Amino acid sequence: MIEQILLGAATAFVLVSLVGVYRTVTGPTMPDRVIAINFIGSNVVIVIALIAAAIGEPGALDIALVYALLNFLLSISISKFQVDSEEGVL
Amino acid sequence: MTPREILVLVLAVGGVFFAVVAAVGLIRLPDVYSRAHSSSKSETLGAVLALSAVAVSYGIGLEALKVVFLLTFMFLTNPTAAHAITRAARERGIEPWTTEDDR
Repeated sequence: MIEQILLGAATAFVLVSLVGVYRTVTGPTMPDRVIAINFIGSNVVIVIALIAAAIGEPGALDIALVYALLNFLLSISISKFQVDSEEGVL
Repeated sequence: MTPREILVLVLAVGGVFFAVVAAVGLIRLPDVYSRAHSSSKSETLGAVLALSAVAVSYGIGLEALKVVFLLTFMFLTNPTAAHAITRAARERGIEPWTTEDDR
């Protein structure tokens, strides 16, 4: 029963992520696309954790943790290197 | 239905609900800054609820500790990333949406 609940939630999160694909294609500016890709990356981390709990393979939690780190690093690096500010973006 | 199944169901449904709210905000809002606000707050709460469902389904142990660590990391870094993106947009000179503009 718990496995079916977790797989259903993972399916719902995958369907919600398609909204981020729409905003990535039709975003008027570049920060819109960065926001949408950050949204998709957070949803992918959640889907990996849910499927790891549903199929009983705890090694995939390490993959989710590394993916969250890389998602954060992508947002920070794109925001830092697209502008030339003295103070930085943080 | 054991109490653990009921708790997992409630937390997963709450996470999906707040993710849908973030998606609606990402479609409907008119500006970069308002979209960043939606994708920061609602998506962070949905992620925290869904990962709490995963932690409750594991029970006490090393896997639940890993999931709680991931939850804390996402709780700290997601608003920080949104802040950095909006500050970079402000440095690029993107103007906010006001009531003089049409949709």
